[in-house]
Amino acid sequence: MSQSTAATAEHYTSTGLPSRKILMWTFIGSECMLFGSLLITYLVYKGKSVVGPYPEELLNIPFITVTTFVLLMSSLMMVLALAAVQRGDMKWGKVWLLMTALLGIVFLSGQIYEFSHFVHEGLTLKTNLFGGSFFLLTGTHGAHVTVGVIWLLSLFGMATRGRLTQADAETVEIAGLYWHFVDVVWIVLFTVIYLLV
Amino acid sequence: MAVTGALASDAARAEKSPHRGAYSGGLWSWITTVDHKRIGIMYALSAFFFFLVGGLEALLIRIQLAGPNGTVIDADLYNQLFTMHGTTMVFLAIMPLSAAFFNFIVPLQIGARDVAFPRLNALSFWVFFLGALFLNASFLFGGAPDAGWFGYANLTSSQYSPGIRIDFWVIGLLVLGVSSIAAALNFIVTIINLRCPGMTPMRMPLFTWMTLVTSFLLVMAFPAITVGLVLLMFDRMFGTLFFNPAAGGDVLLWQHLFWIFGHPEVYILLLPALGAVSEIVPVFSRKPLFGYPFVVYSGVLIAFLGFGVWAHHMFSVGLGPIANTVFSAATMLIAIPTGVKIFNWIATMWGGSLRFRTPMLFAIGFIAMFIIGGLSGIMHSSAASDLQQTDTYFVVAHIHYVLFGGVIFALFAALYYWIPKITGRLLHEGLGKIHFWVMLIAFNLTFFPQHFLGLHGMPRRTFTYQEGLGFEAMNLMSTVGSLLLGASTLIFLWNFIRSIRKGEPAGTDPWEAATLEWSISSPPPHYNFRSLPEVHSRDPLWAVDTSDSVPGDDPARPEPHMPSPSYYPVVLALGIVGLAAGGLTQALPVVFLGVAVMLFGIYGWAFEPLER
Repeated sequence: MSQSTAATAEHYTSTGLPSRKILMWTFIGSECMLFGSLLITYLVYKGKSVVGPYPEELLNIPFITVTTFVLLMSSLMMVLALAAVQRGDMKWGKVWLLMTALLGIVFLSGQIYEFSHFVHEGLTLKTNLFGGSFFLLTGTHGAHVTVGVIWLLSLFGMATRGRLTQADAETVEIAGLYWHFVDVVWIVLFTVIYLLV
Repeated sequence: MAVTGALASDAARAEKSPHRGAYSGGLWSWITTVDHKRIGIMYALSAFFFFLVGGLEALLIRIQLAGPNGTVIDADLYNQLFTMHGTTMVFLAIMPLSAAFFNFIVPLQIGARDVAFPRLNALSFWVFFLGALFLNASFLFGGAPDAGWFGYANLTSSQYSPGIRIDFWVIGLLVLGVSSIAAALNFIVTIINLRCPGMTPMRMPLFTWMTLVTSFLLVMAFPAITVGLVLLMFDRMFGTLFFNPAAGGDVLLWQHLFWIFGHPEVYILLLPALGAVSEIVPVFSRKPLFGYPFVVYSGVLIAFLGFGVWAHHMFSVGLGPIANTVFSAATMLIAIPTGVKIFNWIATMWGGSLRFRTPMLFAIGFIAMFIIGGLSGIMHSSAASDLQQTDTYFVVAHIHYVLFGGVIFALFAALYYWIPKITGRLLHEGLGKIHFWVMLIAFNLTFFPQHFLGLHGMPRRTFTYQEGLGFEAMNLMSTVGSLLLGASTLIFLWNFIRSIRKGEPAGTDPWEAATLEWSISSPPPHYNFRSLPEVHSRDPLWAVDTSDSVPGDDPARPEPHMPSPSYYPVVLALGIVGLAAGGLTQALPVVFLGVAVMLFGIYGWAFEPLER
């Protein structure tokens, strides 16, 4: 916020905050309701499947713990990326942005591996309620991570062409808000789906 | 700009507006516009078009029910008509007509030059418009959706509703949800962040307040139906088992998800109407709104409570005595803030210098009809009483007293009140009064008998009835009333078309109103305010002291720069609807084409220079 320079000097706003940031926070509020509704669907159908495979036979907690750690580390990279852009260090800004996206891709690869493993074990969308609600909930999260990765790579591409500078720290900050939110959602999903299996 | 007490002088009205050409420009200028006023007008025109479509569907229903054993339409078409009547009126008529006023009026009321995100605003409109066409295209391709506007599972499953009718409904509503959420996010940010200097929250006009509350309801409530629709879509397209009882699926989950959205939705429809009435009653009583903070907070309270009452739509499914009691009590609680508002409007009129112009007549008609609808609502709030009324015409009567006698009357009040600001010309007062009285009588003739029909046991959503059940006379009354209602709408249309061509010029402030939209010319210049106003009171144009700075349009000052037109919003909207069409037909090339167009729209949008 305080970093906004003359180049990004906004028009007058009532709160003094940039409108884009309020937009992102409000959008996150709406997304909470989306993931909340999906999570409730998952919980309502927990233990209601009439045929297997059941979650306790399939879920691989150690494996997902590793990918969860990777996703958490990507949040750290995001923080470092924003800090670098804010102090005008675009070289490290680019490095950390790329690292954030790469860790996101590692997480997604883990999810793809997990999904294909489950399908191999006989769990598809159609198998039982666990299959449908699990794939829909974690798949929706994965789609959000994918959007975030594309967003981060776009920012990285802009930075490499010199179109993202210290003046655009707010743009990076807003992408960061989204990225951290997607991470926080995963913490909840990891706890509810895997740890409380 | 201080009001002098007399009606705005004829000289001032006759003065030709300096912004006569405010809406000039060809079709392309409308397609690419990002001006909140033009977008508001497009919302209003398309909403009114769909209001006529939904009304026509209702008239067909009423003609079929005019006598016993009707043969005008068959059961299958009847199912499509009542489903599309409900869906159209809720999603394609009332919500976008409210959105039209959000767009046109709110930035003016808060002293802003546009909404916070003008291109996002254009996107909301185009997604709504194309989504509405998509939904109605179902009539041309194998029939319209036919499972009722709340589409209960598992009637909507592939087993019981094969074909693509329900797919049109599911995907159409998902598309419309994108539009609603985008618009709501935009208005939240606009109202929080673009108020002119001095306009603290407790100085905001009531209509702006209710727009804010409605927008919060939209962003919180729409995700629930989105998830419900996605579950249904997966069941129908990918063979999941969410609503399949044989596999352990729970059909009640649909009802919960739908009504967690559906009851806030009722307030999404109602609160803008309450806001408009709270603007109109003070102006035509020539008194500030009585108990402003109470009216604001009761609106907020209605929204909060609205999230905790959804299961009162589900009393008949047998949730058990504890759930029923809790939801009964919560529902009764909502009567309190609603009653507060009604008493405040009456107290505003009390001792006021009342002027019964057309907007005021519609506002008072709204209060009276809404009270009747509210009272039958309190009857439903008791679970025991509701069990007698569920799925009868009593419920049909109730919802129409709330949504037609309530919301539509208030929206007509708003149209008569704000159209002079939008077009620069007043509507004809005599025709307006004829419209009001015909509509009031016709409305009651149509819907009051339905209370008795319901109590006598006539079920809703049944395409005909046999003679000798005692339903004939009241159904005929209802049908005659509905035809009169249709005629009253034609009076309005004629009044509107006539006024655009030869209506009396409105001048800046034809009603001597108090809020900022009346401080600039009608229609407003494209930049609204040449210099931003500064307010120190709730009713800046009524302020006795002159500390309020409402500068008017000083031609000596430079025109503010406004955002350039953009075609990316309509491109992105086309991509979204293309994706929807691909999902509907399950044709992968169409899906990819839609996604490609979306990506082109998003990237073009992101890298487009804003002001040049």
